[in-house]
Amino acid sequence: MVRVILPLHLRTLARVDGEVEVAVEGAPTQRTILDALEARYPMLRGTIREHGTQQRRAFLRFFACNEDVSHQSPDEPLPSPVAAGVEPFMVVGAISGG
Amino acid sequence: MSGVRVLVGTRKGAFILTSDGHRQKWDVSGPHFGGWEIYHMKGSPVDPNRIYASQSSSWFGQVIQRSSDGGKTWEPVGNQFAYEGDPGTHQWYDGTPHPWEFKRVWHLEPSLTDADEVYAGVEDAAIFRSRDGGQSWQELPGLRACQGPKWQPGAGGMCLHTILLDPQNPLRIFIAISAAGAFRTDDGGLTWRPINQGLRSEYIPDPNAEIGHCVHRIAFHPSRPDVLFMQKHWDVMRSDNAGDLWREVSGNLPSDFGFPIDVHAHEPETIYVVPIKSDSEHYPPEGKLRVYRSRTGGGEWEALTNGLPQQDCYVNVLRDAMAVDRCDPCGVYFGTTGGQVYASPDGGDTWSAIVRDLPAVTSVEVQTL
Repeated sequence: MVRVILPLHLRTLARVDGEVEVAVEGAPTQRTILDALEARYPMLRGTIREHGTQQRRAFLRFFACNEDVSHQSPDEPLPSPVAAGVEPFMVVGAISGG
Repeated sequence: MSGVRVLVGTRKGAFILTSDGHRQKWDVSGPHFGGWEIYHMKGSPVDPNRIYASQSSSWFGQVIQRSSDGGKTWEPVGNQFAYEGDPGTHQWYDGTPHPWEFKRVWHLEPSLTDADEVYAGVEDAAIFRSRDGGQSWQELPGLRACQGPKWQPGAGGMCLHTILLDPQNPLRIFIAISAAGAFRTDDGGLTWRPINQGLRSEYIPDPNAEIGHCVHRIAFHPSRPDVLFMQKHWDVMRSDNAGDLWREVSGNLPSDFGFPIDVHAHEPETIYVVPIKSDSEHYPPEGKLRVYRSRTGGGEWEALTNGLPQQDCYVNVLRDAMAVDRCDPCGVYFGTTGGQVYASPDGGDTWSAIVRDLPAVTSVEVQTL
């Protein structure tokens, strides 16, 4: 199982406390993790990735093993500690706004 | 009639205010969806416990929430607003072509006959309809075919902010867009036409153009849907023929700039506006918060001040932040960017803040239960 940490507003929207776990077949990538996350929590569709284009929303970032992986290909395998459930895949909101 | 429910959207969440028919004591629930921008909430006339809410944020985009128990509990429904076909471009602020992009839902208008049918006015301007309670949305693209490539955003964005469903003609819908103007369909949304003749806007290249006017809000009385009232960027306007021709009724207002306009529930010729000093000074003239009422359908206006701050007041009242109830006497409500919601249980004669210190209020709707 892959661990996923969501920002507060998305945890509230998905009605979950703390981190969530999703099952991913094969080596997890951004795309397979987010596909699994949206399948389990359909209300998150469109909130992390744009509908249609599946582009990451501009004010969000993806982190894995303390690395910003936002600009990697969504199909690039993530580090093995993420696949092993040792490290989480993090969806992080930009610090901005008021 | 058992009471009144006021649906308040703010920059940081939604609030629901309830009272009995006396409208003296109010219970406040919220924030619902705390931290999110709630541009609009509105209940179904068919089933008042069915309420739709537009929830959005710069981080996470658009969410549509639906309640089936009067706002006690909510469930997120569909949030995919895909334009039909290739939407092409509209004009950007500098007149260059700019791709059409969905940004948010400004206004939700539930059907008059079906609790599962609801319309959404969005930015970049388009109208969508759902017939399954908000689970899925389909654009009515005939509107954008109405010179869409020539439309241009106002300062707040190119938003479709007003949807009026004609209670006497189910095929007729009025909408308004900043800064394209007002439009009407007479065939259920298949085809549309601009209804801006008589509007004059000095700030556009052709002041009498067919499109390009910055309409802030339009309203009608349900018994007389051919009589429309409009608060434009400047000018308060009236049409007696469903928008075919407009005439100015600003009369003796201290400023004819403003955002909301609404009509008394039982007196079709009684209308309300909140004048703002100017397009570059979005606060009341002289720091006095005054609602202006006309009992003659415009032209002659009286200031309503009893209970409203008459010094050092510099709030604004946004376009969707005024509403009336159907009690007798009619109640009038508006919310401010300073976080107060003012109510008058007597048609505007006296006012009090029924809640204050909320986040900036974006919208106010009232359900008479």
